[in-house]
Amino acid sequence: MIGILSSLMRIGRMLGAKTQTRAYPEEKPVLPPRYRARIILTRDPDGQERCVACNLCAAVCPVDCIDVVKAETEDGHWYPETFRINFARCIFCGFCEEACPTSAIQLTPDFELADYARSSLIYDKEHLTIAGEGKHPGYRYWDIAGKAKTEAEAPPVDVRDLLP
Amino acid sequence: MTARVELNGRWFDATEGRDLLSTCLENGVDVPHFCWHGALGSVGACRLCAVRVYSGPDDTMGRIEMSCMTPVRDGMRVEVEDAEAGRFRAHVIEWLMLNHPHDCAVCEEGGACHLQDMTVATGHRNRRSDAPKRTHARQDLGPFLTHEMNRCIACYRCVRFYRDYAGGTDFNVFGAHDRVWFGRAEAGALDSPFAGNLAEICPTGVFDDKQWSQHYARPWDMTETPAICTHCSVGCNITLHERAGTLRKVQNRYHGAINGFFLCDRGRFGPWFVDAPGRITAPRQNGTAIAPDAAIALARQAVADGAIGIGSPRASLEANFALRELVGPDRFFAGVSDAEAAQVARMLAILQTTPASLATIKDFESADAALILGEDLTATAPRAALALRQAARGAEKALAGEKGVPDWLDQAVRVAGEGRRSPIAIVTPLPDALDDAATHPLRRAPDQVATFGFAIAAALRGEPSDPEAQAVAQALAAAHAPLLVSGIGLSRAEPAEALASIAAALGAKARIALFPAEANSFGLALLSPKGGLESALAANPAPLIVLENDLYHRADSATVNALLSRAPLTIALDCLDTATTARAALVLPVASMAEATGTYINNETRAQRSLAARRPTDAAPAAWRVLAQIGGLLGDAPRLDDVLAALAARSPALAGAALAAPPATALPAVARAPESYSGRTAHDLAGRVPQGTLPHQDPDSGMGWSMEGLRGAGVPPALSTGPHRPGMHSVSAAYAAQTTIGGPLKGGDPGVLLLVKSETQGQALTDPTPNGDGLRWLPLHSPFAATETDLASPPLAARAPAQHLLLHPDDATRLGLTAGAQTLVDGQPCAAPVTLDAAMPRGWVGLTAPRGRSPLVTLGAVP
Ligand code: SF4
Ligand code: SF4
Ligand code: SF4
Ligand code: SF4
Ligand code: FES
Repeated sequence: MIGILSSLMRIGRMLGAKTQTRAYPEEKPVLPPRYRARIILTRDPDGQERCVACNLCAAVCPVDCIDVVKAETEDGHWYPETFRINFARCIFCGFCEEACPTSAIQLTPDFELADYARSSLIYDKEHLTIAGEGKHPGYRYWDIAGKAKTEAEAPPVDVRDLLP
Repeated sequence: MTARVELNGRWFDATEGRDLLSTCLENGVDVPHFCWHGALGSVGACRLCAVRVYSGPDDTMGRIEMSCMTPVRDGMRVEVEDAEAGRFRAHVIEWLMLNHPHDCAVCEEGGACHLQDMTVATGHRNRRSDAPKRTHARQDLGPFLTHEMNRCIACYRCVRFYRDYAGGTDFNVFGAHDRVWFGRAEAGALDSPFAGNLAEICPTGVFDDKQWSQHYARPWDMTETPAICTHCSVGCNITLHERAGTLRKVQNRYHGAINGFFLCDRGRFGPWFVDAPGRITAPRQNGTAIAPDAAIALARQAVADGAIGIGSPRASLEANFALRELVGPDRFFAGVSDAEAAQVARMLAILQTTPASLATIKDFESADAALILGEDLTATAPRAALALRQAARGAEKALAGEKGVPDWLDQAVRVAGEGRRSPIAIVTPLPDALDDAATHPLRRAPDQVATFGFAIAAALRGEPSDPEAQAVAQALAAAHAPLLVSGIGLSRAEPAEALASIAAALGAKARIALFPAEANSFGLALLSPKGGLESALAANPAPLIVLENDLYHRADSATVNALLSRAPLTIALDCLDTATTARAALVLPVASMAEATGTYINNETRAQRSLAARRPTDAAPAAWRVLAQIGGLLGDAPRLDDVLAALAARSPALAGAALAAPPATALPAVARAPESYSGRTAHDLAGRVPQGTLPHQDPDSGMGWSMEGLRGAGVPPALSTGPHRPGMHSVSAAYAAQTTIGGPLKGGDPGVLLLVKSETQGQALTDPTPNGDGLRWLPLHSPFAATETDLASPPLAARAPAQHLLLHPDDATRLGLTAGAQTLVDGQPCAAPVTLDAAMPRGWVGLTAPRGRSPLVTLGAVP
């Protein structure tokens, strides 16, 4: 008896409260940038693709849903010939983003990925790559990697010169 | 002498005077190192192997020593994890990292890098200096190797291997003090046929396999399958790395008695023929595709019509056996010339009856005298030539040993040994690639090579002989373990006969090695074919079934043409398009060595199992499976173990072949893929991993196709892809699988010797002197190209030399030819212009030509 009355009281109090349910999809939620959903591949400040096909994201992925195939430019820079993520398998753990040495792969707050066909959930490089730099503006991996020619490196050793 | 030493708190038996680093590694105590290598010994250059050593129980202070330079003493105590030694090693790494690029993410070596492992082990993370990093220029080193000098840590292993171990001269270290650079004076392909080993010798990513780089997958992302090199008769053990159905890398697989740590380039880059554009993918009749069932029906009809089977020294024992079963032993012929078939059978008979023991490649290294009779070993059995180079240093090591310098102290041995060389006689028609390692480089015309050999035998029996033969005989007689080597490279039988008589004179202390031409030449001969192609031509005309064999590479083209045009129907089973498949009316695709499991018999009659690295396609199953299917032998789905059981029943002498690897059902399957194999679900559309929908167990071996199954220490050596140790991801982990560094594998070196000694001396062979006009043929060989599979491999084809035609200037004058002249050989225009070479014996013409071509060459100027 007392239990029923107290429940009714609680319901009565809540009748006047602000509602928690959102009218999604008409009303979009505001999610923080660190939210982990749809994965993108970003570009460096020069607009070049950042990914160097190192495969670290694929290695760390606990569900093994990333497959990257390496290719190489004439001057020895690596890039992904193909880059595939299967979002039917991805659990949005964000490990790939943490493993990536180039800040290429990033998770975004866009969680609206549902689809009717599994094949539509396989995203290739052209579906993943965006035009911008994402969360790490200004970062360029090749500035610090060995094949770069930056101030942090001396000119190549001339072995025919014995001067120190 | 045995010593007791304490390593990291545990006592072990060790050999007094041996280096401490090897002793630690042999006992499972990992010690960081760079410049030391199991085959190269110690030089003490990198200072990474520092450990704390206490002289005995009373020593409480101890001191930091380089374990690779410290001999083991009884009662010694060693702390690898000592804090000060650890700090010392961390400093060494930090100095190296001052200039090392931030490259792991874009470095092929990453994930199997010794430097990476060593750096992670010391905990080094951040570079504390912001001084500019030293950089170096790259060089194009040809189709085999990449070169990224910025990653060099100047451990000098590459030069020590290339120059000191492999005898190469076109690669060196340049520069001074901290500005050194390793490469060639001019860009270009490395000359040495062992250059590919730099990819494994270099502990960093300076040198990597260029083919791998161009077909790249991370080391943990490739399945690994134990296979056997099919490019010469040595039978080196290799690992094939595969991903997504394509070959990615070929790597050395340690075998204590054969290849040890090294392969030759023909073996390392030869297997790329399996993904060559010339692969046959569907059955075809007279050039048009035909349904597989119809093709099988045609083949059955041919068998019913009394088909003749032409076996192959390139195909596995099982495939040749299945062909013999299909056509019957009386209609089974070897796909080589009659002369070669007889010579190979005779070589087996010599090995059966000789009092000498059979030399493994490892035995080459410990020989204290050697004789090579007629064989261009560097081209016909390259790995054996590399081992022979080490034998040359035996005298140097002995002299250094007398002075108290242990043999592992590499640089000191070279000084103390005063450049002394063990006696090695090389008797060949032309200057040989091994001449620089020989004390007696001797030149004889091809027909005089055996004469010289018989003279040595006569001298050994105390009969008068020519002085040079006397000298060689003395050296062989004085040795404890003299090594005798010959083969079929001159396309002559007599050198092997001469070698047999030398072995008979030397007795049981001698070791003998005879090299036939191909990976399974001995396997084919052991199946007792009814002669070679000339015999097949002499048999009644019948349909031909040619097994994995481009006959034009193995016999005179006139014979092959006659054979093929006479046959009412030619059926060719092959994985590659060749001149023979082009002439065959019916072509059946079969699996290449990368998709077929099979057994190969090497030069010491060791049966070795080579496993399929990927699933065969339905259109191209293993050749033995296709043949069994045509014959309706062994039921609908024959397995390799059934074929081997049938072989054992039919030829009990070959029963040992079944023991070359465990049967398919003996164990839970061994995993082909590493534990951290990634990307499996990326292509998954149906909610299932593609691998999951196909059977996991390989029906023909004890291995599974995926990452599930046994791995590591419990795996039998024949199925082992290499030890995987925590913290050791590079080839340096291989030491853990060896009983002693460079010794046999734990669990025994794989393979089963099939040779049974016999008392019945067979009939010796002689080489007939050809009648007729013309010059006599001297076969020329190349380490990069021998048969059709070598030439189909793109990287090897890029290194295959142009055709050669060598003439002595006197012969050229007699024929009215000048250097560079175009010629007709046997009436056909020859691709190679005349090269004059005063080293050529008179009356002979050096010519790159298929084995088994006619011994007379008619040479004329192009009219
Ligand atoms: S970790 Fe980053 S750079 Fe490496 S493959 Fe993945 S996305 Fe590309
Ligand atoms: S050599 Fe090794 S440590 Fe150096 S960049 Fe390559 S993987 Fe990294
Ligand atoms: S290139 Fe490799 S093997 Fe040679 S010195 Fe440098 S790190 Fe050592
Ligand atoms: S020596 Fe012969 S078996 Fe060994 S790797 Fe070279 S070609 Fe292959
Ligand atoms: S391994 Fe001992 S100093 Fe290099």
